[in-house]
Amino acid sequence: MTFINYAAREINCKIVYYGPGLCGKTTNLQYIYDRTNPAAKGKLISLATETDRTLFFDFLPLDLGTVRGFKTRFHLYTVPGQVFYDASRKLILKGVDGVVFVADSQEARMDANVESLQNLEKNLHEHGFDLATIPYVLQLNKRDLPTAVAADEMYRQLNFKGEPTFEATAPTGVGVFDTLKAVAKQVLMELRKK
Amino acid sequence: MTDFVLFDEEFQQIKEVIGRLKADAQAKVVFIVDKNGQQIAAQGDLESLDTTSLASLTAGNVAATDGLAKLIGEKEFPVLFHEGEKDNVYIAIVDQRVILVIIFDEHSSLGLVRLRVRKATQDLERIFVSIQRKVEEEKERRHEGVDSPFAEITDEDIDSLFRE
Repeated sequence: MTFINYAAREINCKIVYYGPGLCGKTTNLQYIYDRTNPAAKGKLISLATETDRTLFFDFLPLDLGTVRGFKTRFHLYTVPGQVFYDASRKLILKGVDGVVFVADSQEARMDANVESLQNLEKNLHEHGFDLATIPYVLQLNKRDLPTAVAADEMYRQLNFKGEPTFEATAPTGVGVFDTLKAVAKQVLMELRKK
Repeated sequence: MTDFVLFDEEFQQIKEVIGRLKADAQAKVVFIVDKNGQQIAAQGDLESLDTTSLASLTAGNVAATDGLAKLIGEKEFPVLFHEGEKDNVYIAIVDQRVILVIIFDEHSSLGLVRLRVRKATQDLERIFVSIQRKVEEEKERRHEGVDSPFAEITDEDIDSLFRE
């Protein structure tokens, strides 16, 4: 749900990074945070456990610049990936404008990817959203690992509707900004329709 | 889903109401956030505060508490209170959609804040109803051919945001 503030001439949008546990959602945000000009970003907040697993969410506010006289601000969130945090995951999808699904390329995590994607579809439905129509991007992360499944095989298993798909290695930033740009672009395009 | 829209007229009214609440409740800071974590307006000593983070964490807090309420069969917990050594945070849900946050210290008291919030909540509810009405009217106008300012966003506009 985009927040259009005519008083401050701002558009605020919410993007959620979704995916199975340890797929690299927080690493995506961390890289964006590290590589963004300090004037364009707020604090990166991580509500994590003592072992650095996301407990509730990570949050990063970003200013992208001005469109048609309106400042565009994106709020990036991650969800906790571990299966038993489903109640928290559901809460974070509230009012979402765009979703990035971060898939783990390791062969051993393929089932977890599929399970998480199904969970995303179900939780979006509960908020009245449809994965088929919401701005959505697929990221195949951890492409640098030797156990990575071939990208076209992953595409076949996980690509849902021909959504933009990017190969990534989040710690070094490969594909991270391409993913963000693709989802932000779709969210802004949606505004045009309203 | 309808977007949340804030117009200048209502923004000024909201600022007035929370400014009055801040004075009447002898609070340090009063701010309003929507349930998705976007800050709507704030009054008080904001220099030392990261209001964007505060807004997002408040919404997360309210969302988690809402979840708890539903689990035990309650509709919502309309009021949350966090007591600190020096500062306290009082959170109230207005009109089931926005969150009013009051930060206060020993110059005020929970009783006073609670009392003043009740009056402010009624004023805020009226303003949010009026925003809702305006959004509906705007939508109808658009059906009659008046375009939104974003109807003409071009690919070029969007690409320019991402130029290094």
